[in-house]
Amino acid sequence: MSGYSITEPSRRQKWVAGTLVVLYALITIMPLIWIITTGFKSPVDSISYPPKVLFEPSLEGYVNLFTTRTRVSPEQLAQLPPPKRWYEEIVRNRDMVIAGPSRYGERFMNSVIIGFGSTFLSVFLGTLAAYAFSRFKVPLKDDLLFFILSTRMMPPIAVAIPIFLMFRKLGLSDTHLGMILLYTAVNISLAVWLLKGFIDEIPREYEEAALIDGYTRFQAFYKVVLPQAATGIASTAIFCLIFAWNEYAFAVLLTSGTAQTAPPFIPTIIGVGGQDWPAVAAGATLFLLPVMIFTIFLRKHLLRGITFGAVRK
Amino acid sequence: MRKFTTIAASTLSSAVLLGGASAWAEDLTLCWAAWDPANALVELSKEYEAQSGNTMHFEFVPWPNFADRMLNELNSGGKLCDLLIGDSQWIGGGAENGHYVKLNDFFDANSISMDDFAPATVYAYSTWPKGTPNYYALPAMGDANGWFYRKDWFERDDIKAAYKEATGQDLREPQSQKELLQIAQFFQGRDIDGQTRYGAAIFTERGSEGITMGATGALYAWGFKYENTPGEYDMAGAVNSPEAVEALEFYKEFYKTATPPGYTDSYMEQGLDAFKSGQVAMAMNWFAFFPGLYQDPDVGGDKIGFFVNPPQNVAASTLGGQGISVVSYSEHQDAALDYIKWFAQPDVQAKWWSLGGYSCHNSVLNDPGFKDSQPFAADFLEAMGGVQDFWQEPVYAELLLAMQKRLHDYVVADVGTAQEALDLLIEDWTETFEDEGKL
Amino acid sequence: MARRIRGLSDRAIAWIFVAPTIFLLLAVNIFPLIWTIRLSFTDFKANRNREVEWIGLQNYQRILTDSDIWITMQATAHFLFWTIFFQVLIGFTLAWLINRKFKGNDLWTTIIVLPMMLSPAVVGNFWTFLYQPQIGLFNYVVAFFSGVDPSSFEMIGSVKLAPWAIVIVDTWMWTPFVMLICLAGLRSIPDYIYEAAAIDRASKWRQFWTITIPMVLPFLMLAVLFRGIENFKMFDLVVQLTGGGPGSTTELTSINLKREAFEKWRTGYASAYAIILFVTVFGLASIYVKALNKVKER
Repeated sequence: MSGYSITEPSRRQKWVAGTLVVLYALITIMPLIWIITTGFKSPVDSISYPPKVLFEPSLEGYVNLFTTRTRVSPEQLAQLPPPKRWYEEIVRNRDMVIAGPSRYGERFMNSVIIGFGSTFLSVFLGTLAAYAFSRFKVPLKDDLLFFILSTRMMPPIAVAIPIFLMFRKLGLSDTHLGMILLYTAVNISLAVWLLKGFIDEIPREYEEAALIDGYTRFQAFYKVVLPQAATGIASTAIFCLIFAWNEYAFAVLLTSGTAQTAPPFIPTIIGVGGQDWPAVAAGATLFLLPVMIFTIFLRKHLLRGITFGAVRK
Repeated sequence: MRKFTTIAASTLSSAVLLGGASAWAEDLTLCWAAWDPANALVELSKEYEAQSGNTMHFEFVPWPNFADRMLNELNSGGKLCDLLIGDSQWIGGGAENGHYVKLNDFFDANSISMDDFAPATVYAYSTWPKGTPNYYALPAMGDANGWFYRKDWFERDDIKAAYKEATGQDLREPQSQKELLQIAQFFQGRDIDGQTRYGAAIFTERGSEGITMGATGALYAWGFKYENTPGEYDMAGAVNSPEAVEALEFYKEFYKTATPPGYTDSYMEQGLDAFKSGQVAMAMNWFAFFPGLYQDPDVGGDKIGFFVNPPQNVAASTLGGQGISVVSYSEHQDAALDYIKWFAQPDVQAKWWSLGGYSCHNSVLNDPGFKDSQPFAADFLEAMGGVQDFWQEPVYAELLLAMQKRLHDYVVADVGTAQEALDLLIEDWTETFEDEGKL
Repeated sequence: MARRIRGLSDRAIAWIFVAPTIFLLLAVNIFPLIWTIRLSFTDFKANRNREVEWIGLQNYQRILTDSDIWITMQATAHFLFWTIFFQVLIGFTLAWLINRKFKGNDLWTTIIVLPMMLSPAVVGNFWTFLYQPQIGLFNYVVAFFSGVDPSSFEMIGSVKLAPWAIVIVDTWMWTPFVMLICLAGLRSIPDYIYEAAAIDRASKWRQFWTITIPMVLPFLMLAVLFRGIENFKMFDLVVQLTGGGPGSTTELTSINLKREAFEKWRTGYASAYAIILFVTVFGLASIYVKALNKVKER
């Protein structure tokens, strides 16, 4: 359609709309840009007035993020052998020495383990259930929507009360397993719902043909249906992963150390004598960046998923 | 039974192997708040690691989250901490709910005597029910809320003259709460060296315990009491006495007229920040920070002075500080006890003080050189002589949250009057004690 | 018939496939819910090991007559109303603009969506930095455009501004969600309807009110439902931003509930509180869904 269309907006309209949207987008990412840049500021630059847009980049925030440090007197400092590594030098410049690694690495790894663990489990179980819901007559089929909505209506704090007691009884408090199971349970109803939509779109004729060819139902499922549903499974997985990655309320109530994830930990990064904003920003950057990159590169699937999940209900 | 005997035997054997390396090395985790003294303890513990062969791990939680997270950990029966340096108010809950191991037998077996520790600290950090010889912790870190100020400003002739002109009095370390406020108001908004300065940084934090710890500094000094008769929970007339109302109004006036702008939710860190950045002339904070402040390159040394919380009707300070306890859910209880045994030794306690930890051991405190060992050491002894603590009941958290809410509503959010705030507080507390069956 | 001979029957497969999911939902959703209801009639405290007593409806009675809880309900209502108001207004406008199909619109859409993909706790914590008087970026920008002194207002510390501080951040974060749903709605309107309207010489303005708005309304209402439910449960973002302060100005119900359940450890009482919240949301949502269905039918 190269000619004039009545529903196609005019050039001027497009230009105005484009400008307004770009303007909004620029305002809306300012806080995110500020997080990323603050991570590379020195502590003094980070709290300067007026806020500094141009600054000399420093890795102090990242060094502080990954280390614990103790203050030493200048006399003690003078007695120490010269710093071996670049990060030791940064710390020494503040009259401090590195006492050891910080907990950030561990907490980040916990986020990875719990995030991927629960994602795998919810997608695995979710695909099975979604297939059954899509192809067979199953009890509770119509209640699925109710399940999803009702689990979404309970505030996480309210859910956490009995879960806390249950975990305490079962010894699951502050364990990876407990958190994986919990996040799986929270994710699974949405996962089933999304996946059922994807599987519904795969024509039944494919399986019927396979069954006639002598496949068992099981084989038909994993040789025919699964490959077809791969895109849907992947985008569901990203949703589950992002939820588990970002979750805070359960994590702060049900973990304290061993299985604590990054979201409850990052806000507790404080410096020696005053909040160390570059270190907080560095921690936040490393934590948020994967999701940002995911979102930008997988935007087609993600954006579809968000509306798909909500609108179909 | 067999298991019990092995435990008993291993306790005994680790006791026998005093000083020497234990037969087996264990990993111990000690939980505490993330602050200056915790770093000192890491330093101190290196000696223990070398001696015992055990490896020490540390889980330090920033103060605003400390109580929340550690109490959650205890209540969920968590095994994260073997040793816990828990706040004084937790002792009731720790003892009654079985979170802490009772230490009496261990003390007896290893001839650790509570008489070797300052009585006020034993009472506050170790005993439950209060004052009885039932010990659930060893006093680890004595602490109270005190004050420090910019000595260099207080000693400047132009400032002294301006103060004299403004108030008709000499500028000095305040001798009363009202004088404290007067000095703070004098500095509020004053231009010193081309920068606007403010009176004092005080505690106003809402989330954990900040504003309660700050305001009780004034309340206690006015003679505030929790009960008319100790142990009776009869709070009407005590908690909302005219003196208490006056003290609370005083604290609000202090907050409104003599603190830097934006300090609506400030506790230890923010207070230290304000002082170190030269914003304020004075600040309240725990003695625990004083060694670090004295060493501070910008405001420490000759520029800083310290004083005990000034009296008004009586001399009193808000108690801080902690005892060290063994967590009953720990799988390394023997090693944890072994650590406490090591920590209780007089020479370790002396080193603890020299590194910046406030030892509660008599051999340290009664040492003739103690008072002059640090510029704040004498003040510390004086403060510890008049400390008062919040409720230490097992339901302390409930009581504290109620007080946090009522105080913050009144002082910061301008809800109601001081009288109403304290009346409501009595209602809250009465409800709690009724639930507990104590009223 | 061949399937039944080789491998498992369809019925068996259906059960095997569904069972783990059902089990998990029962174990982590339904069973705890029943437990919560049970606890709500007791004076149980999770941090104590004392005798638990049945106290009937006492917890419910106490909650419903507690004036402090009504204050937190008011704070929640304020938060709900204004976040939804701004998100619908801005979200719909953005969707409408993006639907003008200018070049590069999908990239810019993605950038706008970024905030809602991020961890609310981590982002909320950082916003406290942006809100700092004097040094904060937010105060600086406001000061730059309005000319007031950047240290003269405290978004988080002041009783007047704190309720708006949380509305601003939530709007920043979740407007994209409303926008995406609206966009889906706009894109679901077939072109021929507009074409027909244009042939009838209906003005653009008229087309907007008689075609666009009615067609998007069900989507918009759905977005409002989701935001409503989410913000009724709001915890992470606000707890990091204000912690419920100053005083109790921004103490939303979830924050209040957390204090009761996990700081005061009044488990029985908090359970009753949780049930009341659940029933409230459930009731409101059901009424709303009925209205939504009516709109859809039209």
